[in-house]
Amino acid sequence: MADTEETVLEVKDLKAYYRVMKGDVKAVDGLNFTVRRGEILGVVGESGCGKSTLAYSLISLNKPLQHISGEANLLGQDLMKLSSEEKRKLKMKNISIIPQYALDAFSPTKKIKTFIKDMVKQHGRRADKEFMDKVKTRFEIVNLSHSVLDRYSMELSGGMKQRVVMLISSLLDPDLIIADEITSALDVTSQRYVTTLLADLRDEGIIGSAIFITHDLATLYQIADRIMVMYAGRLAELGNADEIVHNPRHPYTRALINSLPRIGIQHKDERLTGIKGTPPDLTDIEEGCRFRFRCQYRTEECDKSPKMEKTHQRHYIRCWNYESVGSDKNE
Amino acid sequence: MSEENKAILKAEGLTKIFSSGIINKEYTVAVNNASFELYPGKVTSLVGESGSGKTTVGRLILKLIEPTAGKIFFKGQDITDIEDRDTKKEYYRQIQGVFQDPFSSFNPLFKINRIFDILFREFEPETKNREELISQSLEEVNLNPDRILDKYPHQLSGGQLQRLLIARALLLDVDILVADEIISMLDASTKMGVLNLLVDICRDKGMAVLFITHDLNLGYYLSDDTLILHEGNLVERGATTKVYENPYHPYTQMLFDSVPDIEEKWDRSKEFIPEQIIEAVEEFYQNNDEEGYKEVEENHFVLMSILETENYK
Ligand SMILES: Nc1ncnc2c1ncn2[C@@H]1O[C@H](COP(=O)(O)OP(=O)(O)O)[C@@H](O)[C@H]1O
Ligand SMILES: Nc1ncnc2c1ncn2[C@@H]1O[C@H](COP(=O)(O)OP(=O)(O)O)[C@@H](O)[C@H]1O
Ligand SMILES: [Mg+2]
Ligand SMILES: [Mg+2]
Repeated sequence: MADTEETVLEVKDLKAYYRVMKGDVKAVDGLNFTVRRGEILGVVGESGCGKSTLAYSLISLNKPLQHISGEANLLGQDLMKLSSEEKRKLKMKNISIIPQYALDAFSPTKKIKTFIKDMVKQHGRRADKEFMDKVKTRFEIVNLSHSVLDRYSMELSGGMKQRVVMLISSLLDPDLIIADEITSALDVTSQRYVTTLLADLRDEGIIGSAIFITHDLATLYQIADRIMVMYAGRLAELGNADEIVHNPRHPYTRALINSLPRIGIQHKDERLTGIKGTPPDLTDIEEGCRFRFRCQYRTEECDKSPKMEKTHQRHYIRCWNYESVGSDKNE
Repeated sequence: MSEENKAILKAEGLTKIFSSGIINKEYTVAVNNASFELYPGKVTSLVGESGSGKTTVGRLILKLIEPTAGKIFFKGQDITDIEDRDTKKEYYRQIQGVFQDPFSSFNPLFKINRIFDILFREFEPETKNREELISQSLEEVNLNPDRILDKYPHQLSGGQLQRLLIARALLLDVDILVADEIISMLDASTKMGVLNLLVDICRDKGMAVLFITHDLNLGYYLSDDTLILHEGNLVERGATTKVYENPYHPYTQMLFDSVPDIEEKWDRSKEFIPEQIIEAVEEFYQNNDEEGYKEVEENHFVLMSILETENYK
């Protein structure tokens, strides 16, 4: 791939903390990455590692979450410097989010039509006739009939509701869409449908690029071009999806993949152990690699924070010992 | 048949129809004609999507609800209609449920040590070394007795309460354990530990485990036998490796097609619409003239036509 390709979003040393009574929760603590036009960037990590916080910091930074430092340049404009009015203008058209809890927000006795209008308002836009006409044309793309608009949400399956949410979020053909755990509440068959739909929307040019956030690496792998693995508010590893899954370098990525149950591995043949220990408390967390307490490759250096290193083919890692880890085949 | 191959629990044509509404009664067939067996020392997973009837099956065999039709045999004895208090209590003594929402299994007013006290008084009044046994079982499920026993249920996490229920099963050395979607409550860090523990207990103590899940990867990892539930019907059952390697029913096939795999990506050129499964299943039933279950290979059964629900109304 050429270096001339277009960058939609460039995040530079971004820090966003929750300022709360007990101190600063450093949930996004120095992230660096880019999203290229046309790509689906996957973001994965254990619950509590700051994935949703990253999404909020890009699209709806509200108290107690605060921008500390760093930039997030969307098509050349630093989102961190924009007023809320300026941001509102970008919403849905340039940047849009498929929110994690939109499904729960569905009141069972509300018509889908009403729900759509409410959701659009939240995005700071009006649901006028032109808008609703466009909604109808988009229903077909997600395999829903127009009559769904007049149904009550309790009559729709979780998968169908999620499709409605996706359709609204992508209605103004956003340059970048952020999908936060859009499959977690769904049944497996709907998970496949909804995940594939995100890639289809990208292929059809309806959405420019996507950040696909989930704790489920196997699902992410199905459609992500590149994957960023997060651990405790920081990047652990970032690279092509195939590289991350089949040739992981960071000890955390390796542990994550080794602990995945998958068809072909049975308890009686091979014991999956998961990752021992728990992620650190992010409140006023100190210097040092944040994974070191659970890492089997820990050395003295790990008490200092590792720098982000570029290895090859734009593969980035934050680990002092990734080179020796990479050659350790007996795990 | 040798002793170890004998089912500890047998469900025959188990059916549960819920009715709601006072004037215009509406009926929901939650489980229709399900037949299966649970074996000592074996994990059987019950897999299906939400609303397919998994929890209802679990509650039926725990005897928390009564079946509309069908029978349950425990150690060869028909226990479907037992009324007698002692016989019922004897059954409850031998089976333990661990639920998705474990809070409802605990009296919120009692501290954990009190709950254990009551347990012993009710089921094992003769036991002398209670404290030792309690500590032992708590440590087996990775709970620190000092940090648990003087707490109220609401002071513990859902995952901790679930592990407490497993500890209870260990203490009483029950014959059957029903675990209903317990992973969502478990923290990522303890999840695999608890699941491995469940299988170890099953093997070591000869417990029969019914593992209810919608996670097919996990079902494969843990279980010896698999039951696939679709809209209340048990559409496929058999040895886990056989059902997974050679799914026969269109619903099972679609379910396995949906599993995300890190070795092989989904074929995105193939159209995949979940709603179409209803038609595909109907077509499957129409296009074969076989009745009930077909044994497609040894210990692998597939539902070839819907079994009639008994006329209930
Ligand atoms: N409103 C808040 N106030 C304080 N801390 C918060 C708040 N929301 C989230 N956090 C903390 O920030 C961290 C990251 O959370 P989140 O971004 O939701 O993680 P993820 O989406 O990866 O599960 C967690 O430690 C969480 O407890
Ligand atoms: N107490 C009840 N009263 C009425 N309907 C019920 C009741 N419990 C379950 N159902 C219905 O039975 C079906 C199966 O439910 P359930 O066993 O909870 O499924 P699962 O556990 O697979 O999600 C669903 O349609 C559900 O709405
Ligand atoms: Mg989140
Ligand atoms: Mg259930």
